[in-house]
Amino acid sequence: MERAAPPSTRTATGKPSFLRANAEAIAFVVMAAGLIVAPFFTYPLFLMQAMCFALFACAFNLLIGYVGLLSFGHALYFGWASYLAAHSAKVWGLTPELAILTGTATAAILGLVAGSLAIRRQGIYFAMITLALAQMMFFFALQAKFTGGEDGIQAVPRGYLFGLIDLKNEAAMYIVVLVIFLGGFLLIYRIIHSPFGEVLKAIRENEPRAISLGYKTDRYKLIAFVLSATIAGAAGATKAIVLQLASLTDVNWPMSGEVVLMSLVGGLGTIFGPVVGSFVILLMQYKLSVVGEWVLVIQGIIFVSCVLLFRRGIVGEIAARFKG
Amino acid sequence: MFEICLPVLLGGKCIPSGALFGQLLIGLINGSFYALLSLGLAVIFGMLNIINFSHGAQYMLGAFVAYLMLQYSGLGYWPALIIAPLVVGLTGVIIERVFLQWLYKLDHLYGLLLTFGLALIIEGVVRNKFGSAGLPYTMPDSLRGGQNLGFMFLPNYRAWVIVASLGVCIGTWFVIERTRLGAYLRAATENPTLVRAFGINVPVMITLTYGFGVALAAFAGVMAAPIYNVSPQMGSELIIVVFAVVVIGGMGSILGAIVTGFGLGVVEGLTKVFFPEASNTVIFVIMAIVLLVRPAGLFGRRA
Repeated sequence: MERAAPPSTRTATGKPSFLRANAEAIAFVVMAAGLIVAPFFTYPLFLMQAMCFALFACAFNLLIGYVGLLSFGHALYFGWASYLAAHSAKVWGLTPELAILTGTATAAILGLVAGSLAIRRQGIYFAMITLALAQMMFFFALQAKFTGGEDGIQAVPRGYLFGLIDLKNEAAMYIVVLVIFLGGFLLIYRIIHSPFGEVLKAIRENEPRAISLGYKTDRYKLIAFVLSATIAGAAGATKAIVLQLASLTDVNWPMSGEVVLMSLVGGLGTIFGPVVGSFVILLMQYKLSVVGEWVLVIQGIIFVSCVLLFRRGIVGEIAARFKG
Repeated sequence: MFEICLPVLLGGKCIPSGALFGQLLIGLINGSFYALLSLGLAVIFGMLNIINFSHGAQYMLGAFVAYLMLQYSGLGYWPALIIAPLVVGLTGVIIERVFLQWLYKLDHLYGLLLTFGLALIIEGVVRNKFGSAGLPYTMPDSLRGGQNLGFMFLPNYRAWVIVASLGVCIGTWFVIERTRLGAYLRAATENPTLVRAFGINVPVMITLTYGFGVALAAFAGVMAAPIYNVSPQMGSELIIVVFAVVVIGGMGSILGAIVTGFGLGVVEGLTKVFFPEASNTVIFVIMAIVLLVRPAGLFGRRA
């Protein structure tokens, strides 16, 4: 796969420029600050939804961008986590943090099962297997009683965080989502920059070589897969609590396609790309809701033009400009 | 009529033979479509190294071209069976020239993403024009009615679908495995540079291969039109099942794709008789089992 080289942190004089050396840290601070002030300017509900999708896209990007595995079935973890979170909050009466944990744990288990099947094949087959397994679980969701079929699980109570803080309060809910999003983001950052993450990148670049160096690549791939599914699950579970709804849309294949699109637009294999991409795509969907069905066509056009003209995505292009 | 029972271990359910053979027939019909579509995917993948995600949309397009021909020019089923694959195949040629040819040097995944985008565009445009409700397509008069075989009633049209798709599958297999043209194709799959050095125009061959694979999908779409309603989303769910079929069979072998397609259709039909609630998922479950037992697929070579 064509990939941008990591941006150089040194200027012509050989000294690292402060801006470039700390570009990621600065970008993170800007992002966090932006998300803290943003609800004063725009709808908090939109921002919360966007953060859930951004975390989902970051989790997806962990696989495609850093291990080179294209999962075309990530709706499975997002959707099933949101079902379990909604069900445990509504029927079992769990507090929101426990409901989100339940959903996340479900996604982790599903990721372990699906991942250990999918990593048995490489490349294009991996994408087809993840898609097929996700479709299978979509049919389970369609038939299972507790998911409510076409209706989904509606009117999920937001409940009281730790039994104390009422999340019907929009500000409290916003802070919870912000903490989950930033926490998940930092976790992914940590994974990528750990020795474990370096091995993942080695597998991405040249798997046979990584094997010959003595790494059990299947084990690394599986752990990465489970991590990605788990974080995607956290995003889905949080979304179920925020929107008080879990539905078939979240487990169906177009959702898997959407998260691919978000990451592709933002930039595969860049840490901030999926965040930018998901905000852009969600904003587009809001603005274009008047054109109805044409959204599908527009998404298709974006896919095609990204692949043909714009493979680095928004953040990837910006990083390349900085470097040049 | 007599009854057929499952072994007690599997629940011991009994079914009248008519229902069983009826479902077996539906299974064979579905299997025909699986076989035609996975054959097209395998042919395209062999030459282009691209998984054609828009295959389902192109199958749907075949059905729609047949529908439009009937609506606006009164051309019926038989002309549609020839013309629709040609028209859709031609759009395939254009797609290959305009989009796909730029991707051969890149990772396979970009081909998947691009054709996924094309599928969204095709499905979206058709849905905007015709709505998402299904449109009926009348069966040709020459294939109405059916035969009473004693143990079951066999509608003529269904018999025709099975025979025609078997014929096309075997014809394709013959051309690829047993003719000079097929030998060039297989050689170009292995080593395009060397084949070009022999003076064969490989890029044109690649373009036509894609056109042919797409035409196969459209052919399946025309055949499906009288059985299922013609609807924009008829291809998108089918293509995911076909992906599972391709994972099970492996794309290394043309014959493997055909056998797996028909076989899985029959298994799905039988499941519908004995475990109706599992009929949607049985192919995916088989895929999971095959991955555990034979990761390379039934007919696949280890990558």
